[in-house]
Amino acid sequence: MVLGGGAGGTLSANRLHRQLGAEADIVVVDADDRHVYQPGLLFVPFGMARPADLVRSRSAQLRPGVGFRQAVVQQVDLEANEVGLADGTSLAYDVLVVASGAVLLPEETEGLTGPGWGDTVHTFYSLEGAALLSSALARFEGGRVVVAMIDMPIKCPVAPLEFALLADSYFSRRHIRDKVSLTYVTSLDGAFTKPVCNRQLSGLLADKGIDVVTEFNTGTVDGEGRRLISYDDREVPFDLAVVVPLHGGAAYVGRSPGLGDELGFIPADEATLQAKAAPNVFVIGDAAGIAATKAGSVAHFEGETLVANVGHYLRGEPLAARFDGHTNCFIESGHRRALLIDYNNETEPLPGHFPGPIGLPLLKESRLNHLGKLAFEHLYWRVLLPGRDVPGVGAAMPRAGKRPEAAITT
Amino acid sequence: MPTRTYADIEVEVDAEGFFTDPSTWQEGMAPEIAREAGVGELTDRHWQVIKFMRHQYEESGSGPTVRVLGKTSGVGIKELYQLFPRGPAKLAARIAGIPKPRGCI
Ligand SMILES: Cc1cc2nc3c(=O)[nH]c(=O)nc-3n(C[C@H](O)[C@H](O)[C@H](O)COP(=O)(O)OP(=O)(O)OC[C@H]3O[C@@H](n4cnc5c(N)ncnc54)[C@H](O)[C@@H]3O)c2cc1C
Repeated sequence: MVLGGGAGGTLSANRLHRQLGAEADIVVVDADDRHVYQPGLLFVPFGMARPADLVRSRSAQLRPGVGFRQAVVQQVDLEANEVGLADGTSLAYDVLVVASGAVLLPEETEGLTGPGWGDTVHTFYSLEGAALLSSALARFEGGRVVVAMIDMPIKCPVAPLEFALLADSYFSRRHIRDKVSLTYVTSLDGAFTKPVCNRQLSGLLADKGIDVVTEFNTGTVDGEGRRLISYDDREVPFDLAVVVPLHGGAAYVGRSPGLGDELGFIPADEATLQAKAAPNVFVIGDAAGIAATKAGSVAHFEGETLVANVGHYLRGEPLAARFDGHTNCFIESGHRRALLIDYNNETEPLPGHFPGPIGLPLLKESRLNHLGKLAFEHLYWRVLLPGRDVPGVGAAMPRAGKRPEAAITT
Repeated sequence: MPTRTYADIEVEVDAEGFFTDPSTWQEGMAPEIAREAGVGELTDRHWQVIKFMRHQYEESGSGPTVRVLGKTSGVGIKELYQLFPRGPAKLAARIAGIPKPRGCI
């Protein structure tokens, strides 16, 4: 049984079906039948994507033979190997794949959903939020725009940075860039926290005139007074705030004894993706409480490991497949250019080329990477969700093409 | 790798002073690291956080964020900022001898 029919759940179910065939009875449970291509949310506020084009049927992404049950999961009973649904029924499982992603928790930040929410204070992390922000931006004629990341973990940690970069490009296109100040606010100690990225990319924001406020942990959002207030009483004033709310695991995790951690994410073995809670529970994607980045590309690379290990588990074999934390992200940098980063738990993002010596440039702005970012949408629906491998791109992080000497500090 | 000497023992640290091998840390080193990091005398409240950091690291392999600290260490977020100014998760991790909390890039 697969809980969640988003990126991770869909690709796991399809891969499991292909690997196990009629041996297994596979069902995906999701609360709704609207699968949103979340990477597209970044483009909606700038009129570069239409909300309706990002949504497709969830069940239509599943292979024939994979069951789909539209229902809200209420709790998991690990002792009884049963999932309780909101309609009162329960479903038994032999193996459970948790793929219920992350939820946004704007209520956890004081004032965020108070006066000003949807007016001076916005988010692009939901479909409704992104659509609302697009009209707010279209009306915006100048002033202080602040993009704030409150605290990790968040999905796609580069998305707020991309938003700031795209905003620069957007206001330039509208010929009002000189009337707009852009500030990127982060709880971390830099926009880039890994040494090589920091060295290669620190000029990027400065060149585009984007101010950076670091180690700012937003405690209160004052939408009426138009300011963010940190826990240590610093303030950042704004006319329009774009906030990435705190994230947590799906609500049912907290109602399921032993399953999740204090934020509702599911602790698991970093390499095998087996949940710490029970040997017949596996975790994929944003729901996992592991070090890997929360991104669709990660769910894709995890898919191979997860499916192999579910097979091993069913046959009573040791869990031989291992995930290395491989992450691959395009960072849209505005003016039709993008950067590409590729890394894993051991290797920080390095310059060079991907997937081999001849390929897309890493850690460098290029037109080619922008085309790559746009092509990701096609790849997402056609290759990732069906659970296929991207030709030439393996699940393990490639080393060829990377320049590790760039990591040596002088 | 750079090294530092705390409580008369030489240990390896990274470029920002975080321990590269948490098992080389001892409680006796914490007051010296704290002084170096500008935190001053360690009180019982500081120690509650430091011990919690060690515990979380041993359980999960990474240091908690400010938010997790505020929820579970028994010390609220406001107070965390008073005890460890600017970056509680980062400073407490350094004093507790565990790696820097992870960002992304
Ligand atoms: C703005 C933005 C930009 C992004 N950009 C990129 C990018 O460029 N590249 C990239 O790789 N990734 C990107 N991502 C991240 C990517 O979208 C996610 O990492 C990915 O969708 C994770 O897949 P998942 O299956 O773990 O979670 P999801 O796809 O979110 O699926 C979780 C599913 O679980 C279901 N569910 C939850 N609770 C319950 C319940 N109680 N009962 C029933 N069903 C439930 C939900 O309905 C949902 O369908 C971006 C995300 C955002 C928000």
